Amino acid sequence: MNAMLEKITNIKLFGHHRLTGYTLGRLGWSIVRGVIIIGICFLILYPTMVKFLVSVMSEQDLYDISVKYIAKNPTLDNYKTVITAMKYPEAFWNTLKLSLFTSIMQLVSCTIIGYGFARFKFKGRGLLFALVIITLIVPPQTIMIPLYLHFKDFDILGIFKLILGKPLKLLGGYAPFVLMSATGMGLKNGLYIYIIRQFFRGMPKELEEAAYVDGAGLFRTFYKIMLPSAVPAMLTVFLFSFVWQWTDSFYSSLFLSGGLRVLSNALSGVSHAIALHLTNLRGSATTVYLSPVLSSMYINTASLLVILPLLLVYIVAQRYFVESIERTGIVG
Amino acid sequence: MAAKRKKRRMGLEEKKAMMGYVFVLPFIIGLLTFFLFPMIQSFIFSLNVIEVVEGGYTLRPNGINYYKTALLQYVSTANEGKSFMTLIGEGLAAMATQVLLVVIFSFFAANLLNQKFRGRSVARAIFFLPVILMSGVIIAVDSGDLLQSSMGLTQTDAQEGSFQAVALARVLLSTRLDTRFVDFIVSAVNRIYEIVSASGVQILVFLAGLQSISPSLFEASNIEGATGWENFWKITFPMVSPLILVNTVYTVIDTLTNSNSVVMTIIRDEAFRNAKYGLSSAMAWIYFVAIMLVVAIITGIISRLVFYQE
Repeated sequence: MNAMLEKITNIKLFGHHRLTGYTLGRLGWSIVRGVIIIGICFLILYPTMVKFLVSVMSEQDLYDISVKYIAKNPTLDNYKTVITAMKYPEAFWNTLKLSLFTSIMQLVSCTIIGYGFARFKFKGRGLLFALVIITLIVPPQTIMIPLYLHFKDFDILGIFKLILGKPLKLLGGYAPFVLMSATGMGLKNGLYIYIIRQFFRGMPKELEEAAYVDGAGLFRTFYKIMLPSAVPAMLTVFLFSFVWQWTDSFYSSLFLSGGLRVLSNALSGVSHAIALHLTNLRGSATTVYLSPVLSSMYINTASLLVILPLLLVYIVAQRYFVESIERTGIVG
Repeated sequence: MAAKRKKRRMGLEEKKAMMGYVFVLPFIIGLLTFFLFPMIQSFIFSLNVIEVVEGGYTLRPNGINYYKTALLQYVSTANEGKSFMTLIGEGLAAMATQVLLVVIFSFFAANLLNQKFRGRSVARAIFFLPVILMSGVIIAVDSGDLLQSSMGLTQTDAQEGSFQAVALARVLLSTRLDTRFVDFIVSAVNRIYEIVSASGVQILVFLAGLQSISPSLFEASNIEGATGWENFWKITFPMVSPLILVNTVYTVIDTLTNSNSVVMTIIRDEAFRNAKYGLSSAMAWIYFVAIMLVVAIITGIISRLVFYQE
């Protein structure tokens, strides 16, 4: 019986034997791969999905044990509370402006600096580039106090004091971010300089030489020939710097606390803000107590609101995120 | 005549070198004003007692006392009375596991995402989502959050969430493997979310590396009859090995300078909560030196093992 079965299978497989084994192996692998990929995707999306599902629950749903994921009394009140309490529209516009200013400044400065490192030989280039990497390694906490004092009473060699009688107060506004981004010292700028430099190094030298021969100057060659080809790398830098500035809490809390209202600072203090808001709303004399569950729900709703604009940008631009970096030659 | 020609050529080269400085000038300005000057200032602060007075601050020399305090006496009340050095040590140990897991995972994920399958672009988009979802203030808010820990995604001491691998630990322990190894595997499984979320940029770098390998290498080796396994170890792995260095260093720095880490929080709190600017600066310098040492050691070890094409 067994032997017969074997014979039949052999006959059936005869001629296609190798092919069948190969296809089976591939089929098996693609199933395993599918399971792994779907699993990881689920893992990444799960917390955000739960955040969303919880954010539409009413207070009684939160305490109801029978409610795990799907709200029995879905409501948008939580969003209303959070939006009013964290003054979302104002914080949103400020954050948008701040992120746009800094990421454009960073893009311009890092492109120029990166090109300088990639294409010109000058004394001290190696040392300077090593310093670019060092600025990435040094924890910003090391220079946080001097920077804070620096911008508190901003002055260059006593010039402002001479003219205005007092140094400039730059804390609480856009100025610290713009100044630092314009000089390649902003958030993770070392990384962007590195990306741009790697990209320009990977471009053929003949391109520029041809332009020089045709009589174009250095600047003209840079913005007519090199810049248009560097768009993918620049887009990558722009997107990263926009996103990371949006959620940055280190520089925002250092330079802006008490000043300009941005989303990341608003999010850090959101549970306090909501307690105050609800106290005012109910007109009670003592601060309203938020239970841990309720407070957690508000915080998660607020963090959803902070990342929501970024998610929209990502959905539109994810092609550029993912595919452009492959072509930026970050690797070469 | 000869002298004249020589002078002219020098002129062109000098001009190019000068233009180099012009292009890099913004960085030089920034480096001096927003980096080197603050670095020196922070070092001076660490050697002085700083008192904030009306319209500025005064410095009173304090020698290396703040360094002594940070190294020998300091205990963190917020962290069970552990010393500063213990906390740095714990941070480094946690970093070592984290870096190992992140680099392995991102390499594996990049290889997966480099294969051809249906829905690849969607999968890629989702894999890089943590770059947005888990950045800056969002991590700070999520860590220690009740909802997050109830999902078992962030580590809390008391809680065992739904993603905790208790059963796995039991099975592995019953196989009589070395307990340290079992701990490593179990912690890897427990921290899978943390690892996946910290791997976005690294996957991107590996993926870029995988795509820059010339297909002709694989064609040639396939003609010679190499299997996929051999291709992987003889071509793919050596070709992307320089990126293992890049990604390791990136992950080390990313983990250690993360402003939510315990050491970073202490440094910030000492300055802005307790107004001990000198002590905070001394701590920051100690931590900076520790990071530099770690990065130097890791670079030294890995760059010996890396294959370079040139």
